Amino acid sequence: MSAVDQQALFQFLLRMGDNTLVLGHRVSEWCGHAPVLEEDIALANTALDLIGQTQFWLGLAGEVEGKGQDADALAFRRDVWDFRNFLICEMPNGDFGQTLMRQFLFDAWASVTLAHLQKSSDERVAGIAAKASKEVAYHLERSADSVVGLGDGTEESHKRMQAALDYLWPYVGEMFTSDDVDAAMVAAGVAPDPASLRGEYDATITRVLTQATLDIPQSTFAHKGGRDGSIHTEHLGHLLTSMQWLQRVYPDASW
Amino acid sequence: MQNEWPLWEIFIRGQHGMSHRHVGSLHAPDAEMAIKNARDVYTRRNEGVSIWAVEAKHIAATTPGEKGPLFEPSESKVYRHPTFFDIPEEVGAM
Repeated sequence: MSAVDQQALFQFLLRMGDNTLVLGHRVSEWCGHAPVLEEDIALANTALDLIGQTQFWLGLAGEVEGKGQDADALAFRRDVWDFRNFLICEMPNGDFGQTLMRQFLFDAWASVTLAHLQKSSDERVAGIAAKASKEVAYHLERSADSVVGLGDGTEESHKRMQAALDYLWPYVGEMFTSDDVDAAMVAAGVAPDPASLRGEYDATITRVLTQATLDIPQSTFAHKGGRDGSIHTEHLGHLLTSMQWLQRVYPDASW
Repeated sequence: MQNEWPLWEIFIRGQHGMSHRHVGSLHAPDAEMAIKNARDVYTRRNEGVSIWAVEAKHIAATTPGEKGPLFEPSESKVYRHPTFFDIPEEVGAM
C-alpha cells in the first residue's frame, strides 16, 4: 500500500461525513410532521442512523486532519463553502414523496459505495463501512418499497413520485464524478473510483423505478459543486443556520 | 378508496426460546410495511429477534359480555392448578 495523502484522505472523509450529516439533518426536519406516526418514527430512525454514521466519518476526519477538531467542531463550526456533501443531500424535503425519492437515490449510492469501502485498505474506513452498511441495507429496503408503493399507487401518488424523480435526477450524476481526491484514494486502495460504481447503481435504481412504473429521465446533465465545495445550492446556508444556531450563539454550551 | 391503512397487531419475540408477545398495534398498507413499521416503532431499543404482524381483522376475540360464562366457572376449580406438585428446577420456565 502506498502512503496515503493525508490531505486527500481528510477530504474524502469530509465528503462521507458531510453527506450523512446534511441528509440526516434534512430527514430530521420531518420529526413530528410526517403524514402518519409510523413513518414519522421511521424517518427519525433513519435520521439518527445517518447522524450516527456522521460521528464516525467526521470523527475520523478530525483525527486525520490532526488539528484538534472533533466531529462536533467539524459539524457545527464550518460554513457553507467548507462542506463537501452532494448537492442532492441538501435539496429541500418538498412533499413526502420527494423526501423518499431523495432518500432512495441516496441509499442506493450508499449501499453500493459502502459495500466497496468494506474492502478498504484503511481498516478504520472498512470498519465504519461495515457498521453503516447494515443500517443502509435497511434504509434502502424501506425507501425502495415506498418508492414502489407510491410510484405504482394512485394516480396522484404516481404523479408526485414522477415529479420528484424529474426534479432530483439532475443531482444524481454528481455522485459518480471523480477528481484528484478520488484518484488518490484509488491509488492507496482506500476507496473505489466513484465513476466505476455507476453500473451497479443504475442496475439497482432501474429495477426499483421500473417496478414503480416511473420513467427514468434520459438527460445526463448533472449539477455539480457540492462534493468539491466549489458551489453549493442556496439551500445549504439555510439548513446550516438552523442546524448550527445553538453552537453559534452559545459556543461550547453544555448541559 | 379507503383513507386509512389497515390496523395490524404486532407480536415480538424478545429472545430465542421465548414466545412472541403482543406489544401493540400500528397502521400499514400491507404486511411487508407492517413488519417494517413494527421494526421501527417497537424494536428501536433492541427488543426483539422476531416479529409477527397480523391484520387486526383476522383476530377472533372474546367479547366482554361473555366474561361470566367463559371465565368464572374455572375460578372455583383449584384442583386444575398444578400447585400440588413440586416442579424440579431443571424444568425451567413453564
